[in-house]
Amino acid sequence: MFENLVMHLPILIIVIPLFGAFAIYLFGKVSDKARNIFAFILLGVTEFLVLVLGKDIYTNGLRVYTLGATSAEMTTPANYIMPVRIILVVDALSIFMGIITVTIAFLIFIFSLKSMKEYSGTDKYYTLMFLLLAGIIGIEFTGDLFNLFVFLEIATIAGAALVAFFTHKAESAEAAFKYVVIGSLSALLVLFAVALFYGQYDALNIGYLGNVMEHSFLDKIAFGVLLTAFAMKAGSVPMHMWKPDAYGEAPGPVAAMLVTASLASMYALLRVCFTLYGRGLNTEVIGWIIAVLGLLSIFVGVSMALIQNNFGRLIGYTAVAEVGFILLAVGVGFAEFSSTGFGFIALQAGLFHILNDALDLGLLFLVSGAVLHATGKRNLNELGGLARNMKYTCIFFILGLCAVAGLPPMNGFASKLMIYESVYQFNPVFSIIAILASIFMLAVFVKVLYSVFLGPELKEFSSVKEVPASMLLVMGVIAVLIIVIGLCPDIFVNWVINPAARALIDYGIYRGMI
Amino acid sequence: MNIESSAIFNLPFITVVVLIGIGLYALMFKRNLIKIVIGITLIESGVNLFLISLGYRKGCYAPIYTNAPTTAMVFPIPQALTLTSIVIGFAVTALMLSFAVLIYKNYGTINAVKTRRLKG
Repeated sequence: MFENLVMHLPILIIVIPLFGAFAIYLFGKVSDKARNIFAFILLGVTEFLVLVLGKDIYTNGLRVYTLGATSAEMTTPANYIMPVRIILVVDALSIFMGIITVTIAFLIFIFSLKSMKEYSGTDKYYTLMFLLLAGIIGIEFTGDLFNLFVFLEIATIAGAALVAFFTHKAESAEAAFKYVVIGSLSALLVLFAVALFYGQYDALNIGYLGNVMEHSFLDKIAFGVLLTAFAMKAGSVPMHMWKPDAYGEAPGPVAAMLVTASLASMYALLRVCFTLYGRGLNTEVIGWIIAVLGLLSIFVGVSMALIQNNFGRLIGYTAVAEVGFILLAVGVGFAEFSSTGFGFIALQAGLFHILNDALDLGLLFLVSGAVLHATGKRNLNELGGLARNMKYTCIFFILGLCAVAGLPPMNGFASKLMIYESVYQFNPVFSIIAILASIFMLAVFVKVLYSVFLGPELKEFSSVKEVPASMLLVMGVIAVLIIVIGLCPDIFVNWVINPAARALIDYGIYRGMI
Repeated sequence: MNIESSAIFNLPFITVVVLIGIGLYALMFKRNLIKIVIGITLIESGVNLFLISLGYRKGCYAPIYTNAPTTAMVFPIPQALTLTSIVIGFAVTALMLSFAVLIYKNYGTINAVKTRRLKG
């Protein structure tokens, strides 16, 4: 009976948030409390299911789920020579991303209970949050390129509407407009690539396409289009300018969720590079391009963050830099493309940094959301002396600061050290620039620490209260995770990251399931 | 209907390139937010036309079973994809236009040069 449930988990984990998105609105008509309990139960169930699926996948290997077939494993219908149905493929990498996404969403939901309470339109807020969650998980679980486009659009629409949450503010609408233009453009580019593939191979399935691809000139164009689309959506230089705008204007919890959304397009980039194309590409050239894009993102992100005076916007620019670190490591991993040596360590480091990025930036955005909740301000020049009244928030901010800047014993240190070591063997200059950027990152956040939390007590903030316990609890949980991962990174690397990295390198397993 | 006589060479694909080109041009060089929205819709139409043109098979019929001739039918995946994409495009366009309305309410203009408080 349990096996029967596990078989259907991939689709359930997408369907439950999707169902919840619209059901929540109805419960919201009854009362806020009913809605919150319902949403809590749904997210709790999703979290439980994703963990069950994760345990199954880490022990038994990947799972496929064919929509509309008589059995979930029947990828190719009888009398057909190729798959025509929508197929979900969940391997170690997908479930790794899935667990991160659902956990962050769960924590953000608990944070939002109090932080979004005073605003109107919270029913729609939760609806959009659940839609965003469904879109992100869909991107991570689908094995079908067209489906990827659909989920990308779902995530874009929900994300853009959430960025414009403060509709009375001009800047929010402006940021949301940029977000939706960039998001829909990148989704349309994906659709264009889908059309190129369909015209040549009559197929949409990633694994099947990987098997039959002839690496023609059109496929190279499709790769360029896909790389552009996903790098744009992940917020890499030169198309990074939407990111600080959107993250800076969205409410704190939304920004934390949008970080996960852009990590999902990073996942899609990995899937396309490794599983769809694999060794058929000139991996060295492409790897160099990705690594250089990453290096530029690190440089631009950090140097632009230094001059910001809006809390959210500043973290948005460091998010650009953090994506740069991931791209750098993944680029090196792709250029080497081996399951041994420093190339594999770089790939592991990149994936490890995805996990740490979601936690660190999530924590920082939640802190900025807490400061906004307590003071109603985001401008660093107007804030000051908050540590007196908000000491726990201040402690969590310091933890997040150390993690993002890569100081031991935080998780950011563990993954960044892996990045420096492996990238140094690839190209020493890259590694040195990355280390320097990390130091700058510390400078950026020390500036924030001083201007927001330290300094003399300001008169208008003398009556500021510490944020409610549930918000502190969420920040505390993330902080504990940050420290635990930082103290014993080897457990996480061996148990979680290693299978995910192997799933990318041994792409034959993913392709062979179709 | 004689399909072979209606040969139009590569005209659909040329149209696709032109549509996407105009759309990208509007995205990059137009200052009016409505024109940027139009640019996105043009790209979308171009991609949809591309999908539909790829779905065309010489001598095959649309998969409509009522009064169908006994010749081969096309496999209707590109048509299904295009329908989905049109619906999604509708939602995205509506959302973009509503943002344009919000921007107009707040700034009093939809000139992208003047609606720029977020920079640096």
